[in-house]
Amino acid sequence: MGQAALKTATTGAKVVALPGVKAEVVALPGVAGRRLVDRLGPWLRAALVNILPPLITVALILLVWQLSAHGPQSSLPPPTKIWEEARDLITEPFFWNGSQDIGLGWRILVSLQRVAIGFSLAAVVGVLLGALVGQSVWAMRGLDPVFQVLRTVPPLAWLPLSLAAFRDSQPSAIFVIFITAIWPVIINTAVGIRNIPQDYRNVAQVLRLNQIEFFFKIMVPSAAPYIFTGLRIGVGLSWLAIVAAEMLTGGVGIGFFIWDAWNSSRLSDIIVALIYIGVVGFVLDRLVAFVGTIVTRGTLTN
Amino acid sequence: MSYLKIDHVDKRFQRGAATTEVLKDINLVIDKGEYVSVIGHSGCGKSTLLNIIAGLTPVSAGAVLLEGKEVNSPGPERAVVFQNHSLLPWLTVYDNVALAVNKVFGGQKSKAERHDWIMHNLDLVQMAHARDKRPAEISGGMKQRVGIARGLAMEPKILLLDEPFGALDALTRAHLQDSIMQIHAALGNTMIMITHDVDEAVLLSDRIVMMTNGPSARIGEVLDVRLERPRKRLDLVADRSYIAAREAVLKFLYERHRFVEAA
Repeated sequence: MGQAALKTATTGAKVVALPGVKAEVVALPGVAGRRLVDRLGPWLRAALVNILPPLITVALILLVWQLSAHGPQSSLPPPTKIWEEARDLITEPFFWNGSQDIGLGWRILVSLQRVAIGFSLAAVVGVLLGALVGQSVWAMRGLDPVFQVLRTVPPLAWLPLSLAAFRDSQPSAIFVIFITAIWPVIINTAVGIRNIPQDYRNVAQVLRLNQIEFFFKIMVPSAAPYIFTGLRIGVGLSWLAIVAAEMLTGGVGIGFFIWDAWNSSRLSDIIVALIYIGVVGFVLDRLVAFVGTIVTRGTLTN
Repeated sequence: MSYLKIDHVDKRFQRGAATTEVLKDINLVIDKGEYVSVIGHSGCGKSTLLNIIAGLTPVSAGAVLLEGKEVNSPGPERAVVFQNHSLLPWLTVYDNVALAVNKVFGGQKSKAERHDWIMHNLDLVQMAHARDKRPAEISGGMKQRVGIARGLAMEPKILLLDEPFGALDALTRAHLQDSIMQIHAALGNTMIMITHDVDEAVLLSDRIVMMTNGPSARIGEVLDVRLERPRKRLDLVADRSYIAAREAVLKFLYERHRFVEAA
């Protein structure tokens, strides 16, 4: 980085004639030929700086893992064995050989669908409840203690109750997602609403905005950074909860796949599934964060 | 009938058992088209007075009457230009004004008429060029111009200005004062401005309302500024009546009602 900057600085520097000194412009050898390299140089360097360290880390982990799980009496499979046993899962996420022998991509999609439904519900209900709690002192006094207690209940503890209530695994799993994701959305939205500057409320009052206009034109945009913080935490928790919930409810999801693989001692499959789950969770988090930066652009700075 | 009448207004703030009286027996009559400044030391309750006229703060006693009707809630016919501009940062300059115009004239004007009206008001404050910028991308003076455009665009009966130029540097402030004078001359709006700048008050106002120090602030004196309009900043520097008016306000503020705690 530093060298590149120095290079551009020297080649791109203006020649300033000092009084009494005859300045001569000396053509650097091979400048024209290096143009493309110069232009690509910084970009390549930035890419290397960001990509190389994680690649090295992964390589090291794989190496240590391979060495420590190498022996025949090892209880966990080494990377090479995983590659042999679960190659189809890694290379073909979307194969379809009958209803129970399908690619992990399909299973992930089924889990994602559940998360999408549960999380969307949690987002809508959470923002509305959060707005209520943030806006009304009485709603806060009444609801906040209840929320604070309920939000500490672990997601899976809701599952038996929801199975009893819905009598079906699909809505129960969705309910667990919903109840997991909603608390951070409610709490962050409420904080965001409470932090709306009095100035904006005054503007709304002078314009005589009604409740609905105030909600959409002042509240939501003003609290958007807080709301998205809540949504980001919520989507992370949903993804944590769905895998656990699916282990218990069965069906097609990625969680049940892990449980099923454990019951038939396919350890390699489990490890591949874990990596899938991690990558998808990472992408989900970044996705919500990305949407957040687009939506709240301009809101944070004044 | 008077245009705006502030009739025996008291304002007390209750905090627990303690009551502070901020304003005591405020009486003021303002005519249509008048430019009135309210001046006083910090904490004398002049912003509270403006908020009462705006309807943002309820009175404890007395009433504010606009064209004979009592006002006790905010509304666009008493538009406010806030001290810190209060533009919504997620909206562009155009959309900030549009929010007001669409709300106030949504039922009366067609979409094209509203667009023309928004642009007309942005032109009035010379901000049409920045219509697609967000508040964070323009300077403090420009933000305040947009704030003024938003206020004017509501076509208010009274435009309330709460220390509109307080946060600006001297040169920008002078530019905006000139703009306000032009707008006032062109539109003939009734304007009430809170300020603590003596020169600004004398330059812009038809009358200057001088407040005594709080608590229980009253109107100490009302000074008529008899200066020809249009007024030119440079011509006024040596003008007799300008100097006299300036002196009267300064004497009121620094001789008779010196702000003791701030000293």
